[in-house]
Amino acid sequence: MDRTKRTEDFSLEALRNGDRAEFARLVEAYSGVIYRLAMKMLEDPQDAEDVLQETFIKAYKALPGFDGRSSLSTWLYRIATNEALMQLRRRKKGVFSIDEPVEMEDHEQEPVQIVDWCCMPEDELMSVEARAYMDKAVEALSPSLRAVFVLRDIEGLSTQETSEVLNLSETAVKTRLSRARMRLRELLTEYYSERMVRRQSAEGEIA
Amino acid sequence: MTEHGVKGHENCRHLLDSLSPYVDGDLSTELCTELERHLSDCEDCRIVVDSLRKTVYLYRATSDELPCVPDDVRQRLYHCLDLDEFIEESI
Repeated sequence: MDRTKRTEDFSLEALRNGDRAEFARLVEAYSGVIYRLAMKMLEDPQDAEDVLQETFIKAYKALPGFDGRSSLSTWLYRIATNEALMQLRRRKKGVFSIDEPVEMEDHEQEPVQIVDWCCMPEDELMSVEARAYMDKAVEALSPSLRAVFVLRDIEGLSTQETSEVLNLSETAVKTRLSRARMRLRELLTEYYSERMVRRQSAEGEIA
Repeated sequence: MTEHGVKGHENCRHLLDSLSPYVDGDLSTELCTELERHLSDCEDCRIVVDSLRKTVYLYRATSDELPCVPDDVRQRLYHCLDLDEFIEESI
């Protein structure tokens, strides 16, 4: 978690006692990562802002009872991720839990698209259009897979930290990460293979 | 360009769960040897591994460019937390 300050950088005693200046330092240190996490989970600025505010409101109320067993960053990630998952649940108006079984059957993670697009130039792989597609692909993941993918591969948390944030076993984190990545690979392959075809036909026309 | 996948191949299917830890370098030596032996004569699986690795790379490479908290969002955050007095000094 190298993007964030460490628990030792804050006075837990001051935070537990409701010290406003110390709390403001905490907000300043973590609002960026929490906002990014919420944006990636929800892809909606208003919902992300709601999650950002709710996370720190809940953190402030809960700080007097914070036992320090997990780091402050893991604890804040946990509150924020739960808030984001609640937002997604409200959107779907269905019952959803991070403990839900992974929806995909084993055969559904089997690769279908076998196209070698890795040799495409980096500026095409990371064009504005491609990035927008990458965001859509993450949005297409189920909430339980999305949460694991965002924490591990976007926020860079370790397997252990992700398991603490989501209250899942490390095995469950690894399984979900594998399924999320395989699904994203499939979606990106669909997209980039189409781009490759367009590129090749454009090159053919020029020749 | 093919669209048949590895569905028909028992060996490929058996190794699917190993691919994600493999690209992280987090696979046991035994499984790693088994997978690499398979990759040496299965082009489809090599393509899947390469594109899986590239997928992870692309998301990680673009993750640093995610948006910062916009000024108006930051101001409303400090306001709702009753921290307005601290916002000036942290800008």
